[in-house]
Amino acid sequence: MRFSFSNEQEEFRSSVRRALEARSPTTEVRKQMATEAGFDREGWKKLNQELGLTAIHIPEAYDGAGFGFGELGIVLEEMGRNLLCAPFFSTAVLATTAILNAGTDEQKKALLPKIAAGEITATLAFSEDSGLNDAASVAMTATPSGAGWKLDGAKSFVLDGQTADLIVVLARKPGSKGEDGLSFFTVDAKAAGLGRTPLKTMDETRKMARLTFKGVDAKLLGAEGGAAAPFAKTMQQIIVCLANEMVGGAERLREDALEYVKMRMQFGRSIASFQTTKNKAADMLVDVEMAKSAAYYAAAALDENDDDLPAVASLAKATAAEAYLQTAIHAVQMHGGIGFTWDNDTHLWFKRAKSSEILFGDANHHRELMMKNWKH
Amino acid sequence: MTEQTSEHTEDSVRADVRAWLKDNWDPALGLVEWRLKLCDSGWGAPHWPKEWYGRGLPVKFNTVVDEEFARIGAVGVAKAGIRTLAAATILAHGTDFHKQKFLKRILTGEDTWCQLFSEPGSGSDMAGAVTRADKQGNKWIINGQKVWTTSAHKAQWGLLLARANWDVAKHKGLAYFILDMKQPGVQVHPLKQMNYHASFNQVFFTDAVVEPEMMVCDVGDGWTVATTTLMHERRGADGLRTWAQATNRQGRIYDEERAEIATTMAPYTWYPQRAGRVDLVMKRAEETGKINDPVIRQEIAKLLCMSKSSEWTARRARAAQNLGRPQGPEGSLGKLASSHVARQAARVHTYLTGSDALLSGKDSPMDGVIAEILVSVPATSIAGGTDEIQRNIISERVLKMPKEPSVDTNKPFKDVPRNIVSS
Repeated sequence: MRFSFSNEQEEFRSSVRRALEARSPTTEVRKQMATEAGFDREGWKKLNQELGLTAIHIPEAYDGAGFGFGELGIVLEEMGRNLLCAPFFSTAVLATTAILNAGTDEQKKALLPKIAAGEITATLAFSEDSGLNDAASVAMTATPSGAGWKLDGAKSFVLDGQTADLIVVLARKPGSKGEDGLSFFTVDAKAAGLGRTPLKTMDETRKMARLTFKGVDAKLLGAEGGAAAPFAKTMQQIIVCLANEMVGGAERLREDALEYVKMRMQFGRSIASFQTTKNKAADMLVDVEMAKSAAYYAAAALDENDDDLPAVASLAKATAAEAYLQTAIHAVQMHGGIGFTWDNDTHLWFKRAKSSEILFGDANHHRELMMKNWKH
Repeated sequence: MTEQTSEHTEDSVRADVRAWLKDNWDPALGLVEWRLKLCDSGWGAPHWPKEWYGRGLPVKFNTVVDEEFARIGAVGVAKAGIRTLAAATILAHGTDFHKQKFLKRILTGEDTWCQLFSEPGSGSDMAGAVTRADKQGNKWIINGQKVWTTSAHKAQWGLLLARANWDVAKHKGLAYFILDMKQPGVQVHPLKQMNYHASFNQVFFTDAVVEPEMMVCDVGDGWTVATTTLMHERRGADGLRTWAQATNRQGRIYDEERAEIATTMAPYTWYPQRAGRVDLVMKRAEETGKINDPVIRQEIAKLLCMSKSSEWTARRARAAQNLGRPQGPEGSLGKLASSHVARQAARVHTYLTGSDALLSGKDSPMDGVIAEILVSVPATSIAGGTDEIQRNIISERVLKMPKEPSVDTNKPFKDVPRNIVSS
């Protein structure tokens, strides 16, 4: 297993970080999060095409850069660090992995080059109003219609669902149950019968929508009735990707809180000189570094197709969830009163920590999954 | 230390050690007899200087040499115990006389050492030692008490930190000596622990004598030398638990090595339990049927998350080190992480064991191993630097946070308030 990043990867990280620091200061984050779309389409297109971000882990056969989850993880960690407001996770992680895992070669050739080139944004819609993340809870139906299919039902908590150009949807054959009868479909955002309602999100940097489907035209993606396995694989990849994004945010919170306590004077001395503050800062470092180790390990495990993967993926998500939120709680506390104000930036990451904790299953959920999948 | 990086490669070192072992390894030799050959050839401590029983090779080649020894089952030099700290300290700060007198007998295992640093009145604040060193004629006379001294009852020699000047500040008045443990002025008593073991000793000095040539440094530099010893202790802390895998091989040299290992490792039999025995958890969960309890499953999963993340953090630190990169923060967290793991493991073992966890000894689960875990884990967050001290080290050295204002470092030590325990 790989335990360190190569020099090339470290250089890649630096260049992504420099670009994001320049393009996504918190003034820009605050500006974008206040909009309904949540990002600036032209600005994102430019940044994406300059750095080739959505192409990172798309194979070269589909006009991508052909890198692995290690490199994708680096991009996500840096985005988590800078709270970049862009439909990257929805496009490059959710939709792209689903297409890679489920699609036929012909479908990949049709869809992925456009994503790699940054011409379209995309997302994956699987959760419904229950908010559950498992395949069995999918109720949306797909019925054959001429050469294609019609979708009926509702999807919710869809990341960037209000802006995505292409929506990958998980739906089932009417009357089927559990993991049977599930298929992936692709839907054009302009399709008739598709309703898109933006949801007001606690974490304003992470936009979500509820999508309603009334006889919406859809194309089958991959094998009919065969989505359960590629969906399971997609979920594993998604949570590892999210864990990597999360540790980037946690690290940033930790660094900013540390910088603040070093500067803040009370009782005639820097509050960073009080042991109670120092102990907290040390604990934060332990939490964040351990979570980073788990996230990096899981990304390497994906690249190496490790046998322990399902358990390791859940371990990384559960560990990142606990570490990010705990770091956020400490970070607000270390800022004191000012940390609870709107003008201080800490709450932006606090909310991202909270949304990431819950998204795709919380720590309890993933600990249980991890136990089910643990090999011993 | 002589560096010969340009002349040596992994392959050349491997070929050299393999050729030497082919010509020299003989399991019929006595342990000391064989180790003397290792000292003469330098293959016992290849990273040591050529003039002192080593080959002046970069430390990174030790793995290759160890692999070649292991491949044919060749016995190495004595590597466990305080003797390795003594060797590191003597190599860094000792005189040629010390090197001549001690290094070879450390490698052969003929001498056993102990470390006389901690005192009843100075634990975390080790520089606050009050054991006295007073000069009489050209000799030093030692009075006072040390504690937590592993293997003191077996040791020929002790690494002693003592106060020789009370009129200067805390860190400035310390001296560092090599003390002959086998003399009338030194008394050793075992110290019984809350887990029934007595792995450590209390050592009392009543006019113990140190000859002038046994002083390692000038008065005032004792703390610097002690820091060297402590640095090697922290570095080796993890190695100690995994060391000493006695082999099943037959032959005189192996019998002698097994006996040595048994003696050296005797104080550490409970150390696996101290770390929490994460390795037993899944098996116990299945045997007890608690694997099906959803609440306990969560606790087990929390433990596995911690223990795996901690293991992978250590692997990250090692990988960075192997690439020659500067140490990142991940290298400083291991000790604190191991306390978290041990505590959570003890919690899980309690849940898994239920009422049987009320029992102790042979009639309790796993011949008392579980009971021993529950009463040994508290040592993890204290021994070798408490969690509180670890947090200070991390916050001050890694995070560059300021120290607490000091009240004891800028005045003569005799004026510093201290515990009333000895001398």
